Amino acid sequence: MRLVFDRPQSLADVQTHYCPGCTHGIIHRLIAEAIDELDVADRTIGVAPVGCAVLAYNYFNLDFQEAAHGRAPAVATGIKRALPDRVVFTYQGDGDLASIGTAEIIHAANRGEAITVVYVNNTVYGMTGGQMAPTTLPGQKTTTSPYGRDTDLAGYPIRVAEMLSTLVAPQYIARVAVNSAPNIQKAKRAIKKAFEIQVNDNGFALVEVLSTCPTNWGLTPEKSLRWLEENMIPYYPLGDFKVPKEVE
Amino acid sequence: MQERIALTGNEAMALALKQINPDVVAAYPITPATEIVQLFSSYAANGMVKTEFVAVESEHSALSAVLGASAAGARALTATSSQGLAYMFEVLYIAASYRLPLVMPVVNRALSGPINIHGDHSDSMGVRDAGWIQIYAEDTQEAYDNLIQAVRIAEDPAVQLPVMVCIDGFIISHALENLEIMADEKVQEFVGPFTPRRPSLLDLDHPVTVGPLALFDYYMEIKRGQAEAMRKAKPVIKEVGQEYGRWSGRKYSFLEPYQLAEAEIAVVVLSSTAGTTRVVVDELRQQGIRAGLLKPRVYRPFPQQEIKAALGHLKAIAVLDRADSFDGFGGPLYKDIRAALYEVPDRPRIINYIFGLGGRDVGLDDIRSVYDDLAQVAAGEAPEFSIRYLGVREEAL
Repeated sequence: MRLVFDRPQSLADVQTHYCPGCTHGIIHRLIAEAIDELDVADRTIGVAPVGCAVLAYNYFNLDFQEAAHGRAPAVATGIKRALPDRVVFTYQGDGDLASIGTAEIIHAANRGEAITVVYVNNTVYGMTGGQMAPTTLPGQKTTTSPYGRDTDLAGYPIRVAEMLSTLVAPQYIARVAVNSAPNIQKAKRAIKKAFEIQVNDNGFALVEVLSTCPTNWGLTPEKSLRWLEENMIPYYPLGDFKVPKEVE
Repeated sequence: MQERIALTGNEAMALALKQINPDVVAAYPITPATEIVQLFSSYAANGMVKTEFVAVESEHSALSAVLGASAAGARALTATSSQGLAYMFEVLYIAASYRLPLVMPVVNRALSGPINIHGDHSDSMGVRDAGWIQIYAEDTQEAYDNLIQAVRIAEDPAVQLPVMVCIDGFIISHALENLEIMADEKVQEFVGPFTPRRPSLLDLDHPVTVGPLALFDYYMEIKRGQAEAMRKAKPVIKEVGQEYGRWSGRKYSFLEPYQLAEAEIAVVVLSSTAGTTRVVVDELRQQGIRAGLLKPRVYRPFPQQEIKAALGHLKAIAVLDRADSFDGFGGPLYKDIRAALYEVPDRPRIINYIFGLGGRDVGLDDIRSVYDDLAQVAAGEAPEFSIRYLGVREEAL
């Protein structure tokens, strides 16, 4: 019998702490597949965030360093500058990257640090219990916006991919979603490309991944996938926002 | 007439915040303090408070926003824990030097690293000299009572200093306890309307600049002023505690002694561990051992004279610190208590324990072992040592 589907070598064979239906697991797998396919596991270092993915280091067969909340791109900068032949990536949620860590991501991108950033956007602070984040959609109900996000008081959701694509230095910036099989395939290609950019071109790459939070959205996993499609994608359009010059 | 209800520490703090009804609250979620502001945000969304609520992007911005609001003439609060408090570090000092009467619940939690979400005092101990008044609560009732009193203390014209109201993360913040609460209008009456001491920003008849550059010409006078305000806070804390007693039936001061007057040996410990220690004191008293307890409630300003008077007669004292100074000489509370007893002619022997870091449980047996050690030290059968760690696997170092 021929084996057609297996766990990537870089993905640890352990149970995760993620809630049922959460898409962090899919995104972890896509990263592990990309690292395996590029054959760089023996020289890849991950930087873990604060938030739901705080325990990400338990789920990869890779070396990891934990960063303070929001500081992953700065920590990754230091690792990469000290060990330029390593592949360095950060894994950050929106409560981390688009909130307390806004300064770090903008400046790491602006310096063109040769790191890969996987930015998981599920529109809420998941770990602390579903509070309104800078990415929460207008009108979206959270534990700190019980009648929905009021844009008069809280402004509008930050589109990180678009914002960073105005910078000169970043080489690759894309937004993908993991709500359907075709979108997961596209997400895989984008994440792999974001690692290739680092390995081949020594450039900064970020992939924003639209993700679900069934627990804090109060929806079943299936309805969460639909909610993502119907509500998040119209506000956060999918696609490449910045591509390397030779591809243009 | 007071109502008796069951609330967690966080719920009690959120309720007190609602009853205080501040003008501005800005905050960022952090375990285990998140719930205070989360509950408060629903009060704001439901129009139960007049507060302008801002969900900012970090604790650094949270404290900066309430600092701005306070300078602009508003009663402003935030709440945090651990890394959040650490991230506020520079703004803490600025708030104190501007003499802004901010009030902030701090739900005590261990500092990274390694990353940990459980209770210890390393966060607030790390900022003990930032110029903020620090009050520590043993239980949910004290969390509620201290928060209401903190507003009066901070805003007293003689004080005008920010106040941290500390509770133990999870042990108190997430544990349900019975407590007595005052009616909303009684709390409003107790705290009174907010009157800024100085002209606020944008008062064209009294133009001001808040926080201008002060070098060798004026910086030191401003710092000296902070020290003086901290000194003047002492009688105010005492008066407010007594007045609160008349309103609520629960009087507060700097220290809470237990079986201390007739004691020969005693433990000094802050916050919820005092409750565990009190049980052991009762046991020991039944065995005829003259054991006592001192729970400091106010740590900054440091009640040096009161501590001297409360502890000077003892044979031996153990100070329990839920934070380490990593200097090989003991925890912060130990060194302060030891210094306070310097002037006592026949001073007690004094030993130190670091305990409960990162939420490491401390139980009755741990406290019993401390009193066992103390009895030996008091009898001269064991040396007066400086520092021991409770409940640590020394073999794992």
